[in-house]
Amino acid sequence: MGTANAAVELRGITKRFPGVVANHDIDITVRSGTVHALMGENGAGKSTLMKILYGMQRPDEGTIAVNGEQVEFSTPGDAIARGIGMVHQHFMLADNFTVLENVVLGGESLYGIGARAKAKIKEISDQYGLNVRPDALVEDLGVAERQRVEILKVLYRGARILILDEPTAVLVPQEVDALFGNLRELKSEGVTVIFISHKLHEVLSVADAITVIRRGTTVGDADPKKVTARELAELMVGSELPSPQSRESTVTDVEMLKVDALRIAKRDAEGIERVVLDDISLTIRKGEILGIAGVEGNGQAELVEAIMGMLPLDSGTVTLDGTDVSRELTRARREAGIGYIPEDRHRHGLLLEAPLWENRILGHVTEAPNSKGFRLDPAAARQDTLRIVQEYDVRTPGIEVTAASLSGGNQQKLIIGREMSHKPKLLIAAHPTRGVDVGAQAQIWEQIRSAQREGLAVLLISADLDELIGLSDAIRVIYRGKLVADADPATVTAEDLGTAMTGAARGHIESDEDALAEAAVIVAEDLGRSDTPPSDAQPSDTPLGDTDTTDTAADDAQAGE
Amino acid sequence: MTTTQPAAKRGFLQRIDRERLILGLAAPVLAVVISVLICSVLLLTSGKNPIDAFHIMTNYASASDGQVSILNKATTYYLAGVAVAFGFRMNLFNIGADGQYRLAALFAAYVGGVVNLPSFIEIPLLLIVAMLVGGLWAAIAGILKVTRGVSEVISTIMLNAITTGVIGVLLVPGIFAPGNAGGVSNSVQTKLMAPSSDFFSITTQGGSLYGFIIIAVIVGVAFQLVLSRTRFGFDLRATGRSESAAGASGVNVKRMVLTSMCVSGALAGLIGMPDLLTNSHYFGQNFQPGLGFTGIAIALLGRNTPIGIGFAALLWAFLDATAVMLPLQGNFPPEIVNVMQGTIVICVVVAYELVRRYGLKRQQQKVGAQLAAQAASAEKKEVAA
Repeated sequence: MGTANAAVELRGITKRFPGVVANHDIDITVRSGTVHALMGENGAGKSTLMKILYGMQRPDEGTIAVNGEQVEFSTPGDAIARGIGMVHQHFMLADNFTVLENVVLGGESLYGIGARAKAKIKEISDQYGLNVRPDALVEDLGVAERQRVEILKVLYRGARILILDEPTAVLVPQEVDALFGNLRELKSEGVTVIFISHKLHEVLSVADAITVIRRGTTVGDADPKKVTARELAELMVGSELPSPQSRESTVTDVEMLKVDALRIAKRDAEGIERVVLDDISLTIRKGEILGIAGVEGNGQAELVEAIMGMLPLDSGTVTLDGTDVSRELTRARREAGIGYIPEDRHRHGLLLEAPLWENRILGHVTEAPNSKGFRLDPAAARQDTLRIVQEYDVRTPGIEVTAASLSGGNQQKLIIGREMSHKPKLLIAAHPTRGVDVGAQAQIWEQIRSAQREGLAVLLISADLDELIGLSDAIRVIYRGKLVADADPATVTAEDLGTAMTGAARGHIESDEDALAEAAVIVAEDLGRSDTPPSDAQPSDTPLGDTDTTDTAADDAQAGE
Repeated sequence: MTTTQPAAKRGFLQRIDRERLILGLAAPVLAVVISVLICSVLLLTSGKNPIDAFHIMTNYASASDGQVSILNKATTYYLAGVAVAFGFRMNLFNIGADGQYRLAALFAAYVGGVVNLPSFIEIPLLLIVAMLVGGLWAAIAGILKVTRGVSEVISTIMLNAITTGVIGVLLVPGIFAPGNAGGVSNSVQTKLMAPSSDFFSITTQGGSLYGFIIIAVIVGVAFQLVLSRTRFGFDLRATGRSESAAGASGVNVKRMVLTSMCVSGALAGLIGMPDLLTNSHYFGQNFQPGLGFTGIAIALLGRNTPIGIGFAALLWAFLDATAVMLPLQGNFPPEIVNVMQGTIVICVVVAYELVRRYGLKRQQQKVGAQLAAQAASAEKKEVAA
């Protein structure tokens, strides 16, 4: 690993925030013309490190060398000048602009804004096989295409070192493959790619080198040709990896939620009516987890909001435990026993600037112990918050701190503890483990499971197909506001589910035996299931929150970063 | 639960921990200091000695007549601040308090002139009339916002202008003013209110102090209790902090908007009452305008908390009351006080935002540090084991 062909060399990078060390003694060497994966749990310090490399933050100690030359960045502009570009997880594109306009925006001095710029875009697009149409409106583009525009935008500015922050989080498996094709293309043209991810099999399939970060420091380099997913996962977590395990069915015959012929149409800005939910019918029984698969934006959010009473229905009914709640307001539905883990916990689940105990009241202000009659009972709410913090293992120094100061996983545990404390009949869990570290993820899965054993009905919406297949008793696929396909999680692979999510397959999908067997091997290897007997479910008397998970206290401690 | 008990108690102490207190005080103190500096520079450039000016102001404030005058003004300002703050607490910008209290005072004065009942019925009746009129007038803006999505900022500004017109139409001889004015006086006003509507005042060395100050205190206490101790208050604060989260949690946001607009307007209805019931006893063209806007400034300054608003109202009243003395005693321009009030508000808004961000960030770091310490000690134990 000579210094000569190192595109980026980070030596002894340390970054302290008052009271917290976000990064310490980080050493990474990225050889030029390779795809280098940076792995680690949420809160491990990946993003801080990348912010340092991209000039958004300055390290307290350590050196950065680009192409063998020592550099110091004080703004992203400096990094761009050195040929480093970053594609953020959340796209930064103006929807009402064309691709061309988006690309030249802020870089007008490079190739102008006219024919020369367009020619350059075409050239880059052809060179790296990005297949970008300069005149298309960004709002008409799909997620994958937008991502390619982001990549092109960075290349247009002359980047030879590309940082991709969790690029696959928003993509379906087929799109991930296409992205990896692009990355290989980039690599062959000599571009260096730094790829941030925590998805093991993706990293293994695309990366040439892997660096694992845990608790703010580099814990090891791995060669993707030699390392197994399991070893990698253990490097990341620091101990054994939890997994969604198969178990005996707890599904009963009692219908808990029945949604019948739901239809919602929205008028968009141009006054054109768009049907966001079209004739949706589904039933969830007691003790059943129904998974909804779909690419984001195909009506999942609207389905949840319709069941929660946050969106008015155009037609159709929602029946909870035999009672028609279609006309009820959100509060009445919650009181009737719907627990809600929202997709966007910052927007819908928490009051970020309020203390934890007030967040414990949120959504259940009319219920004990939060209030007596019209009076609030802050003392009882505080007591109960302490209980939740203990039982659900919310890592916090106290209940008077604001929700914003907790890490994502701990915020989520607080929300789950709150919702479970009111004995829901139906739990709507939208992306329950998104942005949550692996340790907390297992706890959340186990909490959902144990509630299911007690007869809870769960509507699970997730972009993580492994989670869907691992947890659900049945899976439906939503596409453009319609439930287009269904599948039995025992007989479907993530790939086939992904196909259905793009609208290519309909009806009942079943994967062929060979593919299933192959997938099972991969999943087993991924999730360390191979050495746990498949039907050996955890004992049903496991207390809530007290699961055999990994200790990620230090990772959570990075909340302050 | 024995282990959790002390933690809950500590929670109470944490809430009033020193750092938060200092942070909370830093912003207004800083704002006042900066505005004093700016005013000093202004006075210096106009060739006046700022020390003398501040001396006159503090002198007046330490005299008993000055203090009574300050307290009387502060009573009115406090009500104005609370009325606006109620809206602010759920992110409603009720700029219309100004129109609401003027219209409320007109109706209360009219009713007071027509109805003559014993005091213990008359005064509550007038207060209710004022609150009803203020509340209903504000409800117009609330309904527009809820049904048509009209920003309450726009509609209340317009309603202020409309109020002036409405008062002009109503306050004419034959309607709300006595019919036989005969065109002798050019001041049109409502009939003098019944003597039973006179609110008591406390005679002190420095003059008579509004008994209405008691109502202001009651309003302040009720404001605090409703916000922190009732379900309604929780819903209101939740909506103010995050409308989307409140909606998802089951708050009927639209009804909440309408209700709080009405309550804000009803409270605004009280703004004109101290003067009307203890002092003027009629509504005329010279009835003090602009108090609603003062209320906005005071609510901002007082951070929308009852105690903060109390201090802000006193500060504002102090500035206003002492402004009168400046030209009398030292040939100072009284406008210097306006400059001071303006700069205080601007500085305080900026300072609050800075302090808020700093506080949030600092807490995140503290939490991170505490957790890291916990984790470290846990790790040590593991190693030892």
